[in-house]
Amino acid sequence: MRGQRQITITGIQPAARLLAGLCLLAVAACKPPEEPRYTPDKAIAAEGLQVIKQAGCAACHEIPGVTWPAGRLGPSLRGFDDIGLIAGALPNTAENLAAFLRNAPAVKPGSTMPPIPITPDEARAAAAYLYGIDDDV
Amino acid sequence: MFDALWGWPPPVLDPAGPYADKVTVLAWVLLALGVIVTAIVCAALWVAIKGPPRWKQRLGGESAVWIGGIAFPGVVLTALLFWGLTLTADLTDDITGNEQRIRVTGEMWWFRVQYLDEAGRVVMEDANEIHIPVGQPVVLELRSADVIHNFWVPHLSGKKDMVPGRTNLLRIQAGEAGQFGGVCAEYCGGPHALMGFVALAHEPADYARWQQARLQRLAGPNTTGGVGRQLFMESGCGACHRVAGTEANGLAGPDLTHVGTRATLGAGILPNHRGTLIGWIGDSQGIKPGNRMPSYDTLSAAELTAIAQWLEQQR
Repeated sequence: MRGQRQITITGIQPAARLLAGLCLLAVAACKPPEEPRYTPDKAIAAEGLQVIKQAGCAACHEIPGVTWPAGRLGPSLRGFDDIGLIAGALPNTAENLAAFLRNAPAVKPGSTMPPIPITPDEARAAAAYLYGIDDDV
Repeated sequence: MFDALWGWPPPVLDPAGPYADKVTVLAWVLLALGVIVTAIVCAALWVAIKGPPRWKQRLGGESAVWIGGIAFPGVVLTALLFWGLTLTADLTDDITGNEQRIRVTGEMWWFRVQYLDEAGRVVMEDANEIHIPVGQPVVLELRSADVIHNFWVPHLSGKKDMVPGRTNLLRIQAGEAGQFGGVCAEYCGGPHALMGFVALAHEPADYARWQQARLQRLAGPNTTGGVGRQLFMESGCGACHRVAGTEANGLAGPDLTHVGTRATLGAGILPNHRGTLIGWIGDSQGIKPGNRMPSYDTLSAAELTAIAQWLEQQR
């Protein structure tokens, strides 16, 4: 345990130090490394990233993998693979996401996000990319 | 604009018109001569280090300095200078009256585009987009409203500075129809890297139709209306932007009379559709930090959408 050796606090009994170390270990064990719940086809996801860049999605959304722009008008899509509902309305599935990307107001009435001029295939590719984002550190 | 900077073949080596052809020829000849001179220098270096003593002696002699150090570069560089200037001389030829005249003014951080008639009067205004006919020369009158900018469409020409207080002429001609990215190639502060435009080359018949449609639109009243128009006016957009046929007559920012037809938004940086329009109006500072349009984050989603919908109709 390198971490323990680096922290040297003088004046504390070795037993107390051991106890503190065990507590830290127990806390660290609470959160197992998360598995991405959806693993998209790499080629399709790469295509999706191109679609996202060309359609200018990042004008309103911060999107992992897109360095510029990182618009703030819409929600950030960082950690998108872990969110519960798409736009707080639809179950987070790749199919729902593809439909939402192409015509958001049709699947979620009143949505701020307007219809985006992309083909169904492009929408599916973009959804594969977004849904497959695994940016847990 | 980004397709001006990368792609395969590199745009700068992929000329799409006669003037760009010349620039590309010049570039290749310069590169070839550079390679030859580098090879000669390397060979001389090898001789100086490892060559036989007799060669070394000759290389160190006075005649080698006179020939290799003065005569050779003098002759080659002078010849190259005259040839290069002759080759590219007609890129800056004066206006003869047979070309389409377009005045392009660099402003922080976008391009004002004005189509001129033979007498130099402004016929129509646009921004960040230059429409040209294929196979016909176009004279660009390049100006600047503030600092030095630079006009560069790698597919169509070399770079040309836009200098405050001056009008620099640049001829371009497209050999084929298509869309070519352009950029400001002189650092002009703040979001300089996000200052671009597109040049769209149309077949002559299509170009005439395009011109006709624009003039027709300018001649008639602006019949578009609704909540979007009302919000646009109430929010004060018209103080900086002009929309022909409405009370919006601002001159500080890009003319939005034909914004619905544009290929890009934000000076060549975003595709133009309702989504990016909303994003730009609501948070232009997040997209292009430091640009002169404030983010209209006081408008609601429904209001932004209404304005974007109205702007889409400005064609």
